[in-house]
Amino acid sequence: MSELSTGLRVPSATGIEVSLPIAGPGARSLAFIIDWHVRAIVALGWYVCAALLYNGHWSLAAPASNEARWFGAVVLPAMAIYFLYHPVVELAMHGRTPGKRSAGIRIVTRHGSPAGVGPLLVRNVFRVIDSLPVFYGLGLLLVLWTRDSVRCGDMAGGTLLVYERTGLTSASPEAAAERVGRLDAAGAEIAADLLERWPELRPEARVRLARALLQRYLGSAAELGDAAELEWRARIERLARAR
Amino acid sequence: MASPGQRQILAAALLQRAGLWRAAEERTRRLAAAGADDAVEAARLAEDYRLLAHDLARARVLLPQSRTREYLERAYGGVHVELHQGAWRLRSILWKLLREDIPQTTRWLLPYIAWTTLIFVLAALAGYALIARYPDLIALVAGPELIASVEHGKLWTEGLLNVVPSSVLSVQILANNIVVSLFAYCAGFLFGLGTLYIIGLNGFMLGAVFAFVRQHGLAEQLAGFILPHGCVELSVMCLSGAAGAAVGEALVRPGPSGRMESFRAVALRSGVMLCACAVLLIGAGLIEGFISPNPRFGLPARVLIGVGYWLCMLALLSGRPWRAYAFWPQTRRD
Repeated sequence: MSELSTGLRVPSATGIEVSLPIAGPGARSLAFIIDWHVRAIVALGWYVCAALLYNGHWSLAAPASNEARWFGAVVLPAMAIYFLYHPVVELAMHGRTPGKRSAGIRIVTRHGSPAGVGPLLVRNVFRVIDSLPVFYGLGLLLVLWTRDSVRCGDMAGGTLLVYERTGLTSASPEAAAERVGRLDAAGAEIAADLLERWPELRPEARVRLARALLQRYLGSAAELGDAAELEWRARIERLARAR
Repeated sequence: MASPGQRQILAAALLQRAGLWRAAEERTRRLAAAGADDAVEAARLAEDYRLLAHDLARARVLLPQSRTREYLERAYGGVHVELHQGAWRLRSILWKLLREDIPQTTRWLLPYIAWTTLIFVLAALAGYALIARYPDLIALVAGPELIASVEHGKLWTEGLLNVVPSSVLSVQILANNIVVSLFAYCAGFLFGLGTLYIIGLNGFMLGAVFAFVRQHGLAEQLAGFILPHGCVELSVMCLSGAAGAAVGEALVRPGPSGRMESFRAVALRSGVMLCACAVLLIGAGLIEGFISPNPRFGLPARVLIGVGYWLCMLALLSGRPWRAYAFWPQTRRD
C-alpha cells in the first residue's frame, strides 16, 4: 500500500489517475545483476564456441598474428553482445530485459507509457556517466538519493522503472467476494487474507490475528476463550462462510 | 454519503466483478507478450481500461485500505502502460530521423557548433604555439614511441598496415572515436565542463603533435594521413561536443521549466545528433583503416576522399538529399 502512495501518478483519459509503483535500488540492482550474467554468459559462450571452431582444436588462444578473420568472427561479435546488450534488448522488448522481467519491472516514461526509441537510446548512452568511477557507483548513488530512484540516464531520457506485476493473487478479490456475509467487505477481505497466509504465519501470530478478528465480529475476548490453533482456523472459516 | 449498510452492499457488488478484472489482466498479459495484430483484441483492451478505471474509482472510495484496491491499481496501471504503447516502425523512424530530426537538431545546435569549433581551434592553436616554443613539453601529450618515431624522421602511422590488418584497425578506431564522442556528449552532465575539457584537450593535442612533427619536417605527411578521415572525424568531435554543450547549458541555465525538465528535454533533443555522429564515425573509421595508412593513395585522391566525405556529412546534416522525396516507405507499400 505504501508503495502505491509513493509511486508515479499520471492523469489518464478516463479521469482516474494511474498509480505505478516505482522500482527502488533493490529491484534495479537485481535486474542489473541478472542482465550482467546473461550478457556475460552469452558473450563468453560466443567467444568460446567461435574460438573452438576457428582454431579447429581444443584451444581458445588467439592467433599469434593479428588476423582480421579472428577479430571479425570471434572478438567483435562477443564485444558487440556485451556492450550492445542493453540498448538492443530494451528496444526489442519494449523497455524490458530478461533481468528486468525477472525482477518484475519495466521502463516507462514519466507519462506512464512505454519508452520509445529516443528515450531508450539516450538512457543507455548515459551509462557512460552512471558507470563512473567503477561498478555503476554514480548511478547507484543517484538511485539512492533521488526521489524517483532514477540514475543519470533516466533523468536524460525521461524514464522510470516501475513494477509491472500485480504481485497479488488474482484469486484474492474473488475469494473476498465469496466470503462477504456477516462480515463487512473489509472484514471479509481480512478473513480471506488471513486464511491465505495461515501456513506462512507463526503459530502465535495465527492465534493473535484470529482472536483479534473474531473479537471484532463475534464478541469480547473473554467470550472467545482459549482454544487450539486448528480450532481458531476453523472459527475463522466459519465466520467467512457465514451468510 | 452512503450508510455503512449501503457501502457494504456496494462493496460486495464491486467484489463480484473480480472475474472481469482477472480477464482484463489476462488479456493485458497476453497482449504484452505477443502484441495485438487483431483490432478486436485492442478494442477489448480499451474497454478493459474503462472498466478497471470505473471499478478502481469505486474501490478507492469503498475499500481504500484493501488489497482489492491495490490489486485494481496494479491491473489498471498495467493496462494503461500497454494501451499507450505506440507502434514501432523502424523504417518510418529512420526516415523521420534523416529527413526531419537530424536537420532540425543541426539547425538548433548551430550556435553551439560554432562555439565548440572555436574552442577546438583555439585549443589547437594554443597547443601548436606551446610546442613550437617549448618542444620538450611534447612529452605531456605524446607517448615515448610516437616521439622516438618522429625524431627518427618517421611518422608512427608508417607501416601501420603491416602490424594490424585494415579491418581490425578500422573497428578499433571507430569504436574508440565513438566512445570519445559519447564522452564529449555525456560529459555535458557536469554542467558543460566535461565537454569543454574533452574538446579542449583533443584540440590541444592535435595542435601540439602538428607543431612537433613540423619541427621534424613531417607536417605534410601527417596532413596527408589525416586528410581523408580527419575532416569528418574532427567535425564529428565538434558536433558531439556541441550536443554536450547544449546539455551543459540546460543545467546551468535551466529556464522556467526547472533544471531536471530542461536537462531531459535538451538531452533527448540533442541525442539525435549522436545518431548522425555514430554513422559518420563508422565511415571515418573505415577510411582511417583502409585508406589513410595506405601509401598507394596519393595526395589528390586523399583530398578528394576527405572533402567528398565531408560534403556527404553536410548533406546528411542538412537533410537535403531526402527532402526531394515523398515519404517512400508509405508510397512504396501502396
